Amino acid sequence: MKPLTYLFVALCLCACETVQPWERGTLAKPEMQWQTDPREISFQAQINASKEATSGGMGAAGGGCGCN
Amino acid sequence: MKPWALLCLLGLFALPVVAGVQVGQSAPPISLPLLTTDSAAELTLDSLRGKVVYLDFWASWCGPCRVSFPQLEELRQELGPQGFEVLAVNLDEFEPDALRFLEEVSVSYPVVRDGAGETPATYGILGMPTGYLIDRSGTVRLVHQGYRKSDGAALREDIIELLGEQAQ
Repeated sequence: MKPLTYLFVALCLCACETVQPWERGTLAKPEMQWQTDPREISFQAQINASKEATSGGMGAAGGGCGCN
Repeated sequence: MKPWALLCLLGLFALPVVAGVQVGQSAPPISLPLLTTDSAAELTLDSLRGKVVYLDFWASWCGPCRVSFPQLEELRQELGPQGFEVLAVNLDEFEPDALRFLEEVSVSYPVVRDGAGETPATYGILGMPTGYLIDRSGTVRLVHQGYRKSDGAALREDIIELLGEQAQ
């Protein structure tokens, strides 16, 4: 059983890949974003903040340049 | 699971973390082909020794890079005669993307290309853009990550300070 566990973990690790900051060109494309319309994002955020007193969680940080 | 096996697994996760070039270290050599010409002529960082160099890693898809280019061009126009130079290293996967960017935001400083991504790995950059301010002796004096419109003024001060120093 144990060797199988090790094998499973090793196979899972194969899927780990570090995307370097300079390799994020494809991830930065508009079609790779959770939401493509920035106005829609700010609109939703405004609704959430004013009506539900919540903020954040409007999507992932995106595949941008990893800066700021 | 045995402790040593766990340690090995944790070690695997630590592998991608490589320390980059720090302030105070000498800038690793760069020799890359110029982007804007058809010739295979390479530009080396060594050839700029004696000048204060802002080494800028950029890509066309990076928003802050678009902000930085006009400001760096302005700094170069102003401080170039005193010995300031910008060396921009393009990291785009596809060269036409970079050329299209340069048509929109044209600059007079040299732009070289590293499609293989070897130099950013050597320098260990963590974000785009990353700039290295290198003094006349070839030592990294400032590492600048990201770029905001307001960064230009502080950068200008740093460059002027370094321009006042003599090469060692």
